[in-house]
Order: sequence, then C-alpha cells, then structure tokens
Amino acid sequence: MSTVSTTTLNSRVPSGPMDQRWENRKQELKLVNPANKRKYNIIIVGTGLAGASAASSLAELGYNVKSFCLQDSPRRAHSIAAQGGINAAKNYPNDGDSVWRLFYDTVKGGDFRARESNVYRLAYLSNLIIDQCAAQGVPFAREYGGTLANRSFGGAQVSRTFYARGQTGQQLLLGAYSSMMRQVEAGRVKLFPRKEMMDLVVVDGVARGIVTRDLVTGKYESFAADAVLLCTGGYGNVYYLSTNAKNCNVTAAWRCYKRGAYFANPCFTQIHPTCIPTSGHYQSKLTLMSESLRNDGRVWVPKQQNDPRSPDQIPHEERDYFLERRYPAFGNLVPRDVASRAAKERCDAGFGVGTTKMAVYLDFQDAIGRLGEETVRARYGNLFDMYQKITDDNPYKVPMRIYPAVHYTMGGLWVDYHLQSTVPGLFVLGEANFSDHGANRLGASALMQGLADGYFIIPYTVGDHLASTSPGKITTEHPAFAATMADAVGRAEQIMAVNGSRSVDSIHRELGSLMWENVGMSRTAEGLTATIDQIRRLRHEFWKNVKVMGSGEEFNQNLEHAGRLADFLEFAELLTNDALNRNESCGGHFRAEYQAENEALRDDENYCYAAAWEFNGVDQAPQLHKEPLTFEEVHLTTRSYK
Amino acid sequence: MSESLDLTLKVWRQASHDAQGAFRTYQLSGISIDMSFLEMLDVLNEHLINRGEEPVAFDHDCREGICGTCGVVINGQPHGPDTKTTTCQLHMRRFKNGDTIVIEPWRASSFPVVKDLVVDRSAFDRIMQAGGYVSVNTGNAPDANAVLVPGRDQEKAMDAAACIGCGACVAACKNASAMLFVSAKVSQLAILPQGKPERAERVLKMVARMDEENFGSCTNTYECEAACPAAISVTNIARLNREYFKAMLVSDPV
Repeated sequence: MSTVSTTTLNSRVPSGPMDQRWENRKQELKLVNPANKRKYNIIIVGTGLAGASAASSLAELGYNVKSFCLQDSPRRAHSIAAQGGINAAKNYPNDGDSVWRLFYDTVKGGDFRARESNVYRLAYLSNLIIDQCAAQGVPFAREYGGTLANRSFGGAQVSRTFYARGQTGQQLLLGAYSSMMRQVEAGRVKLFPRKEMMDLVVVDGVARGIVTRDLVTGKYESFAADAVLLCTGGYGNVYYLSTNAKNCNVTAAWRCYKRGAYFANPCFTQIHPTCIPTSGHYQSKLTLMSESLRNDGRVWVPKQQNDPRSPDQIPHEERDYFLERRYPAFGNLVPRDVASRAAKERCDAGFGVGTTKMAVYLDFQDAIGRLGEETVRARYGNLFDMYQKITDDNPYKVPMRIYPAVHYTMGGLWVDYHLQSTVPGLFVLGEANFSDHGANRLGASALMQGLADGYFIIPYTVGDHLASTSPGKITTEHPAFAATMADAVGRAEQIMAVNGSRSVDSIHRELGSLMWENVGMSRTAEGLTATIDQIRRLRHEFWKNVKVMGSGEEFNQNLEHAGRLADFLEFAELLTNDALNRNESCGGHFRAEYQAENEALRDDENYCYAAAWEFNGVDQAPQLHKEPLTFEEVHLTTRSYK
Repeated sequence: MSESLDLTLKVWRQASHDAQGAFRTYQLSGISIDMSFLEMLDVLNEHLINRGEEPVAFDHDCREGICGTCGVVINGQPHGPDTKTTTCQLHMRRFKNGDTIVIEPWRASSFPVVKDLVVDRSAFDRIMQAGGYVSVNTGNAPDANAVLVPGRDQEKAMDAAACIGCGACVAACKNASAMLFVSAKVSQLAILPQGKPERAERVLKMVARMDEENFGSCTNTYECEAACPAAISVTNIARLNREYFKAMLVSDPV
C-alpha cells in the first residue's frame, strides 16, 4: 500500500468577517437525513474530553458509534487529571471579557502560530460548553447565591476560568462520560475498552477503519467505518518524564502519520512551570501542581547563589521574586512558557533551591497572612495535600519547591477547519490535533478545545463528510484490512523476536533524558543535530537489544510499552527535525540562538507558518508542507508581559 | 541521601483469569523512602525482567490519584495504610526497613482477576450506563446561570462527585457491596437541580443494575468509607436508601 498522500494543504478556512465565519460555514455544510444517520458507522478512538463528547453528541444525532480506549474504562482517560479549570467568555464577573478578548488572548498566548479562524471559533463556542456541562450536573464552583464562580488563570487579566475545586478535568470528563454511557445503554455507542488502535486502514486514500489489539487476549481485530475520529491525546511521554499518564502515547497518531496524515508543529511542546521536582532516578512520572496556585503563591529564589539557608531563614529583602521583578504587569501570572524559562534560567545560574538545586520556591506565606489558612485551604486544599503526600513537606508551613515539566503538546496531526486530516475520513480532535493553541497553550484552554471539538464542531463537519459518501461502502472484507492487520501483527512479532538484554523502560528513560536535555526548554542547532544521530542510534539499539517478556497472545503490559516506545523512537526524530527547521523562538519552542534579553525572538518573516510534515519512510527525511498563517484581526506584535 | 529499605514482598501471581493463582515471595533492597508504592513495583519489575522472569501485571495510569486505575490490597487494606490515599500516592516512607508487604488484587466476584493484580471493573461502567447521568442532549442547555445552585448544595454534590471509581469500596467490604460507589453518583445528581427530573427513575435503575452485577448487600460496616481514597462519605449511602424508598413507596415519587 502506498504511504504517500498526494493531498495538498487546503485549510478550508471560510472567508468573510471573522465573527461570522463559523455560522456561515455551518450553513454551507451538507446534512445527513435523520433517517439515514443510523446507517453510518463512526469509529472514535480515545475517550477523553474530545472522544467522549464526540461519541455522545454523534450518537444523540443517531449515528452508530464505536468507541475505543486502551484503559479498562472510558472514564479513566487522561483528561481526568486536568486540575485548574476551563475558560469561557461568559463575562459573568463583569470584568471586561468578551469572545473577542478570549480570542485575542489565545492568539497572542500562542505566540501567533495558530490559525486565527479556528481560535475565533473556539472562543465563540466556549460559552456553550459551560452551559452544556452545567446541565449535565457538573458541580462547578458556585457563589453562595448559586451563580457560577470564576477565577483568573495564568496569562489572563480577566476572571474567565470555571472550575470544580482542583478537579475540573475529572468533573468535565465524568459529565461527558455519563452522556456517552447513556448512549451505550441506548445501543447507539458500542464500547471497546482495553483495545488499543494499532493502525489505520486506508482504502484508495480514504480512512475506512482501524486495526486493534485486545489488551487482555492479545487478539487483533479490524473494524470498518465511514469515518474515523482520532481523539488520542498528546505525545508528552516522548520525554519519559512528564505530567501525562503512563499510558499516554503517540502510537495512534503516528500510525496515521505513516498512512498519509501530515504531522504539524511537533516541536511545540509545553513545559509547565509548576510541577513537583524529581526526587530520584526511579522517578516514573511528574506531578503537576495546578497553575491556579500562582494566583496566590509567589515564586522566588534566594538573591545569593547556592544559599544554604532554609527558606524561613531568608529575609524578605534577600529573596528574588523574579517573575514579579521581570514582568511587573503580569507578575506570577505570566504564561507557562515564560514562567518555565525564567525558572530554568535562575536554576542554571546557580540560584536553585532544594537538594538537587533544580527547583524554585512557590510561597504562600503572604496569601495565608492576607486570607487566612482556612481560605487558602478551601482554594487549594487538595493540591496542598497531594504535595505533602509526595514530598513529605507541609506547604502551609514551608514554601513548595517546584520545577518545570513536560505537560502538554500543542503539535499534532494537521487538520483543516473541519478537523479533517490530510487523509479524507480521518478527523482529529483535542490535543491530538495541532490545534488552536499555536506555539503555547494558555491555562484552562485544553479542556475548552477538547469539548468544543467534540460537542460543537465535529457533529457538523463529520456530517458534511458523510453526506458525500454512501454508508458501509467498504467492509472488513476489503483486502486492505487483512494487509494492515498483517503489518500490525508483524510489528509485534518482530519486537518479541529481538529477545535482547535491555528492558523497555531503560531505553525509554534514555530517550527521555536525551529529549529533555536537548529538545526541552532550550534548544540549539548543534544540540538538535547531535540528538538526531543519538535518537537513531537508540532506535537501532531498541531493535537489536530490547527484551520483552511473555508472549503476544496474552495480557502483556511489557509488550504494550515496547510497541509505544518503538513509535516514540521514530517520532522523536520528527520532533527534533521540526525544532531544527524552525529557526526562531516562539512559545514553547525556544532556540537559544534566537533571543533578546532572555526573551524569545520570533521570526515572522520566515516562520509564520504551520509546519506540516509528510512521511517518506523511516530513516528518510520527511517532506515539509507549509500552511502560511495570516493575521487579520490580531496584529502580529512581540508578545510582552512586562 | 534519603533512607532506604530492604523489603520482603509477597505478591499474588495469576497468569490469567482461568489460571490458579498463588503468592510469590520476592526480596527487594535499597528502596528509597521517597519512592511511591508503584515506583517500588516498577523497580521489582525491572529486576524480574533482568532475571528473565515475567514482570508483575498491575493497573496504573495517571499516578496522581485521580484516574482510579490503580489499586491493590496492601497488607489486607485496599490502597494500603494511609487514609484518603490511592496506591499511586502511597509512599514508601510509610513502611519500615525489614517489613514484609503482602500485595493482592481486589477480591470480589464482580471484579474477576484478569492477570496478577489486575481486575475487571467493567461492572461499574454498566451500573453507570443504567442511570448515572442527566439526560440532556448536546445543544439543549440553558444558560449556565439560569439554574441557580446554592453554594452549600454544590459543595455536597461535589463531595459525592469526587468518586474516582477505583473499586476500593467493594474490595474493602466483606459483602463486596458497591453501595458507596452507586450512592456517590445517585447523591450528586439527587442534590443538584439538574438531576431532579430523573431522580426516582435513576436510583431504581442503578440499584437494579448493581444487583444484576452480583454486588453484595450493604450491612453498614463502613469499611468502604475507611478505604475510600476520595473521602466519599457513608452519608451518601443513607441518602441513596432514602431516595430508593421514596421512589419505591410513593406513586409519584418526584
């Protein structure tokens, strides 16, 4: 089967006034007759906010939905771990917010590397999401009178973030999950938990189904559909250590890439400033401390290098509140990329704290003095408890130690305005697409995007695709299904056959440390070039020397991990190549060569585009396609938070 | 340098659902007290793989205490000795040098063992699909502030909604009852005005499905509350009972 698509990039962005584009497009989209909807099969891979909201919404319309996830229950998708909140332009606090302002902040926050029309639509739909979730019984925080409460969140000067304690992702996901389960009971959604998508089936250039592996029995199966929706999240675990769940992976997206879907802006990775630092070599993941903590916590390091004193012994005037000093307008609320780089800069310069000296303080003493411990507990109690469980320190008494960690990936499969990839019939939603966040995502915008895609965009755009195709045209009898399945089975057999001497985990850790050191918060052409060679060497090592226990015909977590690592080892090279190609600093992508006074230096003349990569074969250079980005509403300016 | 521990682990090994299971004993040394419990199992598995033995299968994902995927019985206690703590958030500083730690899967006939420490909790999903929702299609919602929810009700609903669906309540109960899990969802939606229209129907359907799934009866021993990592209170069970009786006895239960 050919793996090269001849599709050229057509973003299908509507013309006309920005604030009417989505409404105009909806009027142009073709509809599927209600009586015909049940004849169409839609496969949805992933059950996070994007996947679950799409599954329920499409099933409510009458489509037949098959929902796949690799967890034991769809309720466990990693959206559940999002803590802080979800943005919407409701302007309930009467503090000057509007759809336009949310749009403006998101474009600017993304450092002008997002598609304006998509971002506007996201801001426009944000209010509907809050309505929908409240109606589902999501217990958003309320004022005593019963109206919804809002808080401000990193990078915003208005209070537009809705939240459910520090568990907003959990509550939104359970809302979407419950709507989906209602459709399971109604027979419109069929659930396939513990089934991992191993490949995409493409027939005559159109996505027609998937191949899965049953994680309990090891059995491979194929499923045909009239459209495939990929809602499989981000690729942060290419760094091994990240705030992602352990099972998050790039495999589904990578398989689609290898079948012709372009991968856009993989180098746009978000390093979150407030995570608990690593404690030892055995560290298996990193834990986020919600960004909301920066509303009341103050970030500082000692003014003296390698200061041996405990924080309570360091008087106020000997502390450097470096975010407040550098960014007086935004202070501790600067966007994530800015805060992360500033923390790294201070630690690299020798001002770091804690045993590893790779941490800064996040201090609540002033907030406790101003608000009282009870108020602080009410706002952040569960986060403080979590911090104490992990570190054995009491943050009510001593400042938290925090350090940046990989958290979210703005890059992903390239999609047009309809969320369709370069493979017709393959739609990509949520974090898995290259999304609306440009080079940096603002806090509380990931949940918004996942739910906008699933509840309010895909029900319209997938219908347009289906209306132009007759239902059930291709079945699993088509030879492409057997061929794709043979590829997937062959790959697993090849991994089992290596029978070397290195564990999967040890190779993954090595890849992670390579990526973190050289393709992390600060990148250079020299380091990136050397890293590509090292990734190739490590990939070779994997295929020569990996050791996977057990067999492929059973529940085998070791084999699952190995398959995902094999894909990360290919994907890491694309990410690094993308970082090398982009000779500028913007958002989460910081090239040390391109800076002025420690701030990122964008190059709008040469890099104001989305880089969409086309697969040309492993070990072959991928083909770059550029989608030029134009800014009609928000004019290109240097992002300043000073 | 932090302290380290030498430990004896007795781990339940069972190749598949149909296979006979048994405890196997492993020695581990040099375990840092700052490790999480699951990181300690990671270390065990690396040792096993390097020795050419099959690693221990255990479910885990977010490792932040929120996804509800992890959960093993540690020395007879679901999620181990700390209160309000999932297995992934339990840290080795809770143990002493020389300790023997017995590690088992959830034991309940409604949660069959898949392999080693991994069980099948899909019964929970089937209970949820019976009624654990508000029937509102996408696009039908009024403005979010159109329905006011008093702050106190919202707090109570949130307390119940915090359930992570891990199944520790079932594992802790001598009857393997799922009442705490079911009552958490019934309570959340009974308290909130959005859940009122289906209030009676919901509790009847969810309880009926719970019984079909062969969970045991509640005999008010409160072991579930003690084991719950999300601090779900047994007052929710009392509320479920009230909701259930009202729905059963009153002709127009709402």
